[in-house]
Amino acid sequence: MIAFWVLAPLMVIAALGILFVRKPVHAALLLAVVMVSLAVLYLALEAPFLFVVQIIVYTGAILMLFLFVMMMVGVDASDSLVETIRGQRLLAAVGGLALGLVLVIGVAQMALGTAVGLEDANKDGNIQGLANIIFSRYVFAFEVTSALLITAAMGAMVLAHRERLTPKPTQASIAADKVKAYAERGAHLGPLPPPGVFARHNAVDTPALLPDGTPAEVSVSRTLAARGVVRQPPRDVEEHVEQQLEQGGER
Amino acid sequence: MTEYVVLSAILFTIGAVGVLVRRNAIVVFMCVELMLNACNLALVTFAKQHGNLDGQVAAFFVMVVAAAEVVVGLAIIMTIFRTRRSASVDDASLLKY
Repeated sequence: MIAFWVLAPLMVIAALGILFVRKPVHAALLLAVVMVSLAVLYLALEAPFLFVVQIIVYTGAILMLFLFVMMMVGVDASDSLVETIRGQRLLAAVGGLALGLVLVIGVAQMALGTAVGLEDANKDGNIQGLANIIFSRYVFAFEVTSALLITAAMGAMVLAHRERLTPKPTQASIAADKVKAYAERGAHLGPLPPPGVFARHNAVDTPALLPDGTPAEVSVSRTLAARGVVRQPPRDVEEHVEQQLEQGGER
Repeated sequence: MTEYVVLSAILFTIGAVGVLVRRNAIVVFMCVELMLNACNLALVTFAKQHGNLDGQVAAFFVMVVAAAEVVVGLAIIMTIFRTRRSASVDDASLLKY
């Protein structure tokens, strides 16, 4: 019972948070809080098998799937605050409040009496008890479930599949393109230069220096340049040495 | 046991309001999952209340169906995102016209 009174407010707050956070990633993390707390409640309700399944299937698989899709759709694809239907938010809040009140008052008025408890049903172990029921009374539903899962996997593959519209580049075609670029524009035939390797920096974000001391822009990834995180390469070597000498003299 | 059912009702309501209020398809989907979880809590509670495991089996099947539903639903969201470059539920409105 202590677990319930600790977790229930936490779950309600986290669930309410899903309604208000802007970023879907935060909503997913709040949902994880609700699901893990729910798993603990299952343990308190004498359902150790569902406790494990809740953590593995819901928190582990389903929530990770959500995060993967968010990675592809874009983490910062946040909600627009413009209402498409005027007054929809207010109506939804009022309707939700009404539904919640009706449900809570209705449930609170019903007298459940003392719980029978699962000691009897769980006496050979919870998993054994569940297996006895699933493989006897619910065996047809179980078989149908397997068909459902296969259909879902097939459906996801069909939906996510994309036909290739252009032929896949082969090694020969890439080489031919390079030679063509060299013939037409004089582009360099070889691979791109590696990033700079210096005494103090040799990370991929430090461009290499050309013979005249200017940074070679092709030596760092274009993604880093677009993010604006390319480091300034060390100055001209002579200048650098002079600077060092000056500092040494001051000391 | 009533308080467990009340908690389940509250979570279900929050999920329902979320489906109505949020515009991002992924978050709407998460709210659907929240509603399914709330129902599971009620099922497990009643399993303990009545002293047999049928409620737990039902919750187990709900989890399996939810897993299948999430796989297909997220694939649909991905497909819509590819054609519309948006995950907002308001942008997939071409059937209206």
